[in-house]
Amino acid sequence: MDASTFVFFLLAGLLVISSLLVVFLRNVVHCAMALVAALLIIAIFFITLHAPMVGILQVMVYAGAIMVLFLFVIMFLNPSVLERPRAAWWSFASLLAVLLGAMLVSLFFNNEPAADPVASTELFGSPEMLAKSLFNDFVLPFEIASVLLLVAIVGAVVLAKRERSV
Amino acid sequence: MVTNQLVLADYNLLRWIPLIPLLAVVFNLFWGRALGKKFAGALACAAVGASFALALYVFWQLPSNGIFRDSIYTWIDSGSFRVNLSFQVDALTAVMLLIVTGIGFLIHIYSLGYMEHDEGMVRFFIYLNLFIFFMLTLVTGDNLLILFVGWEGVGLCSYLLIGFWYHDSNNAIAGNKAFIVNRIGDFGFILGIFLLVTELGRQGIWTLDFLELQKHASMLSPASIGVITLLLFVGATGKSAQLPLFVWLPDAMAGPTPVSALIHAATMVTAGVYMTARLHFLFVLAPSTLSLIAWIGAATAFFAATIALTQNDIKKVLAYSTVSQLGYMFIAVGVGAFSAAIFHLFTHAFFKACLFLGSGSVIHALDGEQDMRKMGGLKAHMPQTYWTYVVATLAIAGAPLTAGFFSKDLILWQAFNHGATALWGIGLITAGMTAFYMFRQLFMVFHGECRADDHAKAHLHESPAVMTLPLMILAFGSIFTGWLGAPEYLWGNRWDLWLQPVFGAAEAHEGSVGTEVIVTLLTLAVVAVGIYFAYAKYGRDGTEVEQRAGAGGLLYRLSLNKYYVDEIYDHVFVRPFTAISDFFARFIDPWVIDGTVNGVAAVTRGSSQVWRGLQTGNVQHYAAGLLVGTLALLAYYFGQS
Amino acid sequence: MLPVNYYLILSAVVFAIGVIGVLIRRNLIVVLMSIELMLNAVNLTFIAFSRYLGSMVGQVAVFFVMAVAAAEAVIGLAIIISVYRQRRSLDPQDMQLLKW
Repeated sequence: MDASTFVFFLLAGLLVISSLLVVFLRNVVHCAMALVAALLIIAIFFITLHAPMVGILQVMVYAGAIMVLFLFVIMFLNPSVLERPRAAWWSFASLLAVLLGAMLVSLFFNNEPAADPVASTELFGSPEMLAKSLFNDFVLPFEIASVLLLVAIVGAVVLAKRERSV
Repeated sequence: MVTNQLVLADYNLLRWIPLIPLLAVVFNLFWGRALGKKFAGALACAAVGASFALALYVFWQLPSNGIFRDSIYTWIDSGSFRVNLSFQVDALTAVMLLIVTGIGFLIHIYSLGYMEHDEGMVRFFIYLNLFIFFMLTLVTGDNLLILFVGWEGVGLCSYLLIGFWYHDSNNAIAGNKAFIVNRIGDFGFILGIFLLVTELGRQGIWTLDFLELQKHASMLSPASIGVITLLLFVGATGKSAQLPLFVWLPDAMAGPTPVSALIHAATMVTAGVYMTARLHFLFVLAPSTLSLIAWIGAATAFFAATIALTQNDIKKVLAYSTVSQLGYMFIAVGVGAFSAAIFHLFTHAFFKACLFLGSGSVIHALDGEQDMRKMGGLKAHMPQTYWTYVVATLAIAGAPLTAGFFSKDLILWQAFNHGATALWGIGLITAGMTAFYMFRQLFMVFHGECRADDHAKAHLHESPAVMTLPLMILAFGSIFTGWLGAPEYLWGNRWDLWLQPVFGAAEAHEGSVGTEVIVTLLTLAVVAVGIYFAYAKYGRDGTEVEQRAGAGGLLYRLSLNKYYVDEIYDHVFVRPFTAISDFFARFIDPWVIDGTVNGVAAVTRGSSQVWRGLQTGNVQHYAAGLLVGTLALLAYYFGQS
Repeated sequence: MLPVNYYLILSAVVFAIGVIGVLIRRNLIVVLMSIELMLNAVNLTFIAFSRYLGSMVGQVAVFFVMAVAAAEAVIGLAIIISVYRQRRSLDPQDMQLLKW
């Protein structure tokens, strides 16, 4: 086994472990931390897969902004009582989920091993390439996405406002 | 028999004959009330008058072996089965047209006077014109289905007019009775039509046109022709008031007298006779049905005459007389003498209408009195009515040289000639009874001293000219129309000659002149005996009229109560039927029908109770549902690959 | 290079784990975090394919997924806050008013 494979399996194992921690830990903050770890590992995967720009974005936006937001809300709400015990992992719903996973995995196992990846230029995955794609081919979704973010902001403000009793 | 000489021609004028009265109906429906009774009545009369003029013109134009046809549009077009809305006039139809429009016109004029003080005069004329329209459709239809449309339509108008004074519920009940009994007959009629279509269709011919039917009638098997003609005759018994479906006609006297004259004497009730004459080619192929028709006709004639002997209501006597005379027409049909039947139809229309209108005049003069025991001695006060009544009574009795003499004698002669001696005998006795009860009526109403109440006596007056003029015209017809059908030894039968292209030359008189004269003399003798007895009992001055209805022997009471036929029908048919309906209304309807409908709703509700459990309100359950769907899709694609 | 299957299987496993979290947990915030986990698994797939097919479209897709995920997390958390104010609880089982 060569180095890249070893690294892959190591990181994959860590990723799976941290996802399991997200799902099965009782303390919410601990779950959030596990999720941050998972996000960072995924960012590393992105970088190994020749997508450095997206990887950095993952760290900045996902792990950096979104998770911080989560932690803000957790601390804001301050649930003093630990949640009631969740259902056992072998309950019907989660068995369905396991089934889903099994099906997907077997789906991906069954296919022929893919050909070697297409030879890529050095610029692949760089900010320039991403920007070129974004602003030439996908400029409309880009604009819509910005409107979407605006809407989300306004919506969140409206939803979370404290009721003013007059 | 369709001879090779028949000439068919298109004639667009024909549609106007029924159409003009229909237009008058529509006009009066919308604007009649606003324009006033007099105007509406005049318009209605003008419409029928116009139809009469057109009918005369068509009659003038029609060659003796010709057929005029006016096809308007294709009504039913289904595969090879076609039915057109189309009118046809041949020799037979021309005669019927003249009767319907001519006598209809006279009765319309009469009604202007009779209904003058009635609130619903406009409605009356609307119904009457509508009736004329449907009757004209009936006689001019060129296929059996159009005839049936007219058939049903006249039934409807009869109902409307019998129950004209509907505020008295008895009149409405009489109208119902007429309509329902007619429907029973129509049920047979329509079954006959269905059978005819399918049986012919089995041979590959899909039609109801009379000309086509005539061509292909022999393709049917004797058994099916027998059944078809039997069913069609059932319809005729309903419409033409023969046994056993005659019970509606006496009750129909509840309608105004012009209605009784037009519908229940001259035209509608003759529709059955017309229908059998129109389809003579079918009936000729079914000898057993013809013999049944003859026997029913004879039995009806006799039976109705016995009832008429004792009736005290002036219109009831005439009603039973009509039933009896219709029986005569069916005797003629039954022995195959179709032309004679139509001839009697023709003359009967004149004298019966004259009698009814005369009775209307009497009732009008006595301010509504209809019981003959309260009449008498009107001769002096109503001379015109009296003399026309005398003429018509002579005609119906069969006095020499009147119309009734020629037509009734022709029927009796034909019956004798075709070997149906028993039928002839029954007809002979009935002729005697006819003479008796008609003269009884004449004497009771017009002779002797006046037995009316003082109030009626004060009101007594001769009817206005608008009523007496039609009476005189009809009386004139009661004598001279008969001269068209005189026997060979006098001046020959123009009538048979006219109808020969329709019925064929099969009506050759086989017997000798001598036998015919003897038969005629026998008839006259019986009639004279009848008149004498009537005179002896009622005509002499100072005779007593039976006052108490309950008195008298068994036969008298049976006759007076019309053999309790209505009561028997009520017990045997009406009550069980009502009981069944009641059962259905009380049990089947709420429990079975409503139960089923409500049951469907209950099942829906019940099953929804089960399924609504899916809506738990828990988002995670819904997410699980999504997952199940996703898995299903995946499994499907998994299986595909 | 590793065959692409490895990445796909990995992301399938992470996705399934995220689904378990959505269905089992009784804290709305953790549910939302599991949803983020699922989204990230999908992102991994996108990037893997982007690498193996040599197309930038995959990365652009991830870009948009991230933007949308951000918006969605924001709104979701705002909803959780307002629901908490009403019901004083973060348990989905306490929010079953839209039951039959």
